Amino acid sequence: MSVKAQRRPLGLQLAIIGFVVLWFILAAFPFIWTVWGSFKVELDFFSIADWTNVLTGERTRAAYGRPFTGAGYNGSWVQEEFWRNVLNTLIVCFFVVCTSLTIGTLGGYALSRSSYRYTFWLLIAALIFRAMPPITLVAGYMLPFFEWNVWGILPTTIIVLVAINQPFTLWMLHSFFQKIPKELDESAKVDGCTQFQAFRHVIIPVMWPGVITTGLFSFLLAYNDFAVTSMLLSESNRTMVPEIAAYLGTTYTEGNVMFAVAAVVSATVPLFILVMFFQRQIVSGLTAGAVKG
Amino acid sequence: MRHRTFFWFFLPTALAMLLFIAFPIVSVLLQSVFAPHQAVFVEVENCTPLVGCTTETAVDHDATRSLREAQPLGRFVGLDIYFDRAHLALTEVGEAWAGADTWGAFWGKVFNLPLYRALSFTLTFTFVVTPLLIVFGLMIALAVNSLHRRLKGLMIFFSLLPMIVTPLIGSLILFWMLDSRGVVGSALVALAGDPNFSLKASTGLTWVMLMVYGVWHAAPFAFVVFYAGLQTLPKDQLESAMIDGATRWQQVKYVVVPHLMPLVTFVALIQLMDNFRVFEPIVGFNAPAHATSLSWIIFNDLGGETRQLSAASTTSVLTIIGVAILLSPVLVRTWHDFKQKT
Repeated sequence: MSVKAQRRPLGLQLAIIGFVVLWFILAAFPFIWTVWGSFKVELDFFSIADWTNVLTGERTRAAYGRPFTGAGYNGSWVQEEFWRNVLNTLIVCFFVVCTSLTIGTLGGYALSRSSYRYTFWLLIAALIFRAMPPITLVAGYMLPFFEWNVWGILPTTIIVLVAINQPFTLWMLHSFFQKIPKELDESAKVDGCTQFQAFRHVIIPVMWPGVITTGLFSFLLAYNDFAVTSMLLSESNRTMVPEIAAYLGTTYTEGNVMFAVAAVVSATVPLFILVMFFQRQIVSGLTAGAVKG
Repeated sequence: MRHRTFFWFFLPTALAMLLFIAFPIVSVLLQSVFAPHQAVFVEVENCTPLVGCTTETAVDHDATRSLREAQPLGRFVGLDIYFDRAHLALTEVGEAWAGADTWGAFWGKVFNLPLYRALSFTLTFTFVVTPLLIVFGLMIALAVNSLHRRLKGLMIFFSLLPMIVTPLIGSLILFWMLDSRGVVGSALVALAGDPNFSLKASTGLTWVMLMVYGVWHAAPFAFVVFYAGLQTLPKDQLESAMIDGATRWQQVKYVVVPHLMPLVTFVALIQLMDNFRVFEPIVGFNAPAHATSLSWIIFNDLGGETRQLSAASTTSVLTIIGVAILLSPVLVRTWHDFKQKT
């Protein structure tokens, strides 16, 4: 293809650049702004007097003697003990990812290697479950969990999140395992392995790219969940997201919005780092379903 | 794979889904036809000498408790909860129908009922945001695809952020900026020239704000999918279109868009389902006064001191029916794919 025919007229080129810059600002500016503003006092973050205050940090300087302050972080992490919620989130995410990958890998592998008709119906059932908004299930958990006295603790929430995660995990891993040639484990079975041994010695060593991609999405689901965690965890066991939601009710009245801002930034930073390191896996995971279907 | 082996491989995940997805659905269905017990009343006769006897009605706490313990589900009420004022509100709709002279008056009354109010926002949100995010995502994909290779990676990184960030946190970040004292909010106040101008005060503007958030949050997904599709664009078709004198716009319209059409369907189906469950932005934007959604109603009924399980379950069942209607085209499509394969 000739280069000249592909060259765009100047106007179009400018329009494209303008649009990309606009999207860049829309996507990135809110985050940059909030991270920057989280080191200010409330009067600067919200433009009470003059919006340029947030750049110069005039009120912050008046209050703390320098244009940046960690007061919001101190308030949320130390005073409000936000670190407890961070710890809870870590525990929940770790166990959700591990458990749902373990049982999801076994299930997804079985689905990809069985040629019977019921695998189709199982996948359809998983698709229907995937479409259920998790909040519609919560009403069904409440009564039994109260009866058995397991409401409000982390393990219950972990199991529920694992289950909600399963349909998506199964679909991802099923399509991933289908790409691994069947001949690999067939030949292991010919050599005398059982199905599980074939899985253990032949499939496990080559499955990690798909498992890592699926794990990222399991992590995101557990990390981002609000509906289930806010309903199933007691006040002392809250993870980060429901805690931030609970802040809103109290901070708006007490004038400690900066605590919430600092907590929000603290909860966003891990996601930044995740995208930075796993951008390729996230993109491939998002497109996996699309390109196949 | 033999049935037996399959069974053991699939058992853990099947158990998890059965116990924590299938059973809760049954449990929600059951709870929606049971209402909580009313308190048991007893008539107590108080006799005082000289004054005489009075009968008082009092709550019999022991009897109430034992009844609640014996039947924790409550009493069977059939479909009553479905038809009460907080849900389908048949009586109220009937009255509105009889009392209203014009369509406007009728809809005005109906949309004051909680479920219909939530339904109107949920459906508007779903069917406005989904097409907008597809168009916007396609534009970003086309624009980013024409950039230099190095810039592409950077743009993808920043584009992923609005989608990856926790919905509640993302909406809070936007909310603080759009607040009348926030940076964008105060700019809008200056533009409007009205010091009392606030996005939060009007229902219409709140809806617009929530939908802007919806597009901002979901456009990256469409962008990434379409961008991946653009990498497999048939070069020879484009070339022959160019030789035939197609303009740039015609190339996009007749070659690029048809090539991406299956992906557009995919994004549309996924996003219809996801937008239908809109919930976190309403909490984040503190918007329940102006906009509620089905999911928000369930959340609101379940939270707080009085956990209204029956009311929440009924709304859940209605929501599930809504999802089922949206999902049916996907199921039909999957069924056709499956039949073609076998």
